[in-house]
Amino acid sequence: MIAFAFYLFAVSAITGGLFTVISRQPVHSVLWLILAFLSSAGLFVLLGAEFVAMLMVIVYVGAVMVLFLFVVMMLDVDFAALRGEMAKYMPLALLVALILLMQFVMVFGVWESNAAAESLRLQATPADRHNTEALGLILYDQYFLLFQLAGLILLVAMIGAIVLTLRHRTDVKRQDVLAQMWRDPAKAMELKDVKPGQGL
Amino acid sequence: MADFFFNNPLGIGLLIVGQIMLLVLPLLVALAFLMYADRKVWAAVQMRRGPNVVGVFGLLQSFADFLKYIVKEVVFPAGADKVIFLLAPMITLVMALVAWAVIPFNDGWVLSNINVAILYVFAVSSLEVYGVIMGGWASNSKYPFLGALRSAAQMISYEVSIGLIIIGIIISSGSLNFGDIVNAQRGDWGIFNWYWIPHFPMLFLFFISALAETNRPPFDLPEAESELVAGYQVEYSSTPFLLFMIGELVAVVLMCALVSLMFFGGWLSPVPFLPDGILWMILKMLLAFFMFAMVKAITPRYRYDQLMRVGWKVFLPLSLGWVVFVSFAAKFDWFWGAFARWTTGG
Repeated sequence: MIAFAFYLFAVSAITGGLFTVISRQPVHSVLWLILAFLSSAGLFVLLGAEFVAMLMVIVYVGAVMVLFLFVVMMLDVDFAALRGEMAKYMPLALLVALILLMQFVMVFGVWESNAAAESLRLQATPADRHNTEALGLILYDQYFLLFQLAGLILLVAMIGAIVLTLRHRTDVKRQDVLAQMWRDPAKAMELKDVKPGQGL
Repeated sequence: MADFFFNNPLGIGLLIVGQIMLLVLPLLVALAFLMYADRKVWAAVQMRRGPNVVGVFGLLQSFADFLKYIVKEVVFPAGADKVIFLLAPMITLVMALVAWAVIPFNDGWVLSNINVAILYVFAVSSLEVYGVIMGGWASNSKYPFLGALRSAAQMISYEVSIGLIIIGIIISSGSLNFGDIVNAQRGDWGIFNWYWIPHFPMLFLFFISALAETNRPPFDLPEAESELVAGYQVEYSSTPFLLFMIGELVAVVLMCALVSLMFFGGWLSPVPFLPDGILWMILKMLLAFFMFAMVKAITPRYRYDQLMRVGWKVFLPLSLGWVVFVSFAAKFDWFWGAFARWTTGG
């Protein structure tokens, strides 16, 4: 049963990845990529890493890919013309793929690890507590300084992005929300009793 | 017999399908009446009669609407991406329905009792936005596209504060499982033990965020008739439109279930001398739905920039600050331990 589920998710992940590259319509590419992410979340569930699977769905599929889809939908580029260049770059792409494959083979060919570490590596979840708790203990107890450091780096990146794009423009009319909220009928309008045939 | 259902793969599959049917069919039938209730409440506030022709008191109105929708023709706009055009409403409905797999209705009455249940609901509800974006894009038309863009931005914005409010609840109960969250609210004083007292401000924030997340009025900007005709649904007709509509309503009822599980103690009885049970859960969900319906009836629609401002500049800092506050209150046992009710570890 688990094996069947594994092959189902694995095949759909690879199919998703393949069609991400070869589909002609960029929006379809993004949707195929979403399929690949969802299938890999399924693979995480099979490994017993349910928390990571949920984060995968929330962060990648729920947030990152939505932004991707947003951008790709609004782009007005003739992608068919770009596709034509695929053949031109094919030799280079094949070379990169070959080098990557060789590196993988070299790394896994000489893979060695401590026997104790090996037994730990096989189980995503310790026997006595569940996955979420185990991850929390590692992240927030054991490696909390590194975790803080990662957060700090992200904060720097965020502030950097804001600084790069922040512009103060004086010629734009802005909504002053507080001023709008404090408006009251007495100041905003005036009631006049208009007699018929007289006007104001 | 029991052996077939618990050991044979076919039997297990049949058992699971049966359980799903047991959950989904009552849910869909209840939806028909909830839609009717929604319209009746709306009508009562506006001093109209509402649906009153089909069946006794108009009770069968939703079924008549259902029949009308499915016998009409499905119209594809010229230049529409047909596959995605049809996929979008299906995704909306399926994503809204699969989230119910982890919602318990009574102690242990849950389809799939997983450890990360609350995260699962959050993840699935964050996928609902795809139905909207894909529908708007595949229609190949300007109004649906604009509606889809608005809707996607809105749903993402309010998901952030919903997530932070959920984290507050998780810190308080020390578990991501709905059963544990509800059991953490169990106590001698019934209704005063539930999380709506310690997490009181977040109840309002969650309710408002839920309105925005499910595109309900006053945040129904994706479907603002006066500006966008009907938003991403403009080009949809017949059954695909019906799927969108049901999907939205299922998401609303799901939010009602979340409110009652996280803040109002799920199936727990409000007074100690009455037994707990599924009826309490349903009653709480109905009350929450009544609030949803009332809000729809009595509030005018927000302006888009106001919506974004409330989401990012008011709700996000408030809920983020609340997470910090709850963490301290839980760690140092402030307020007589009201914030730290860890059922597991901690």
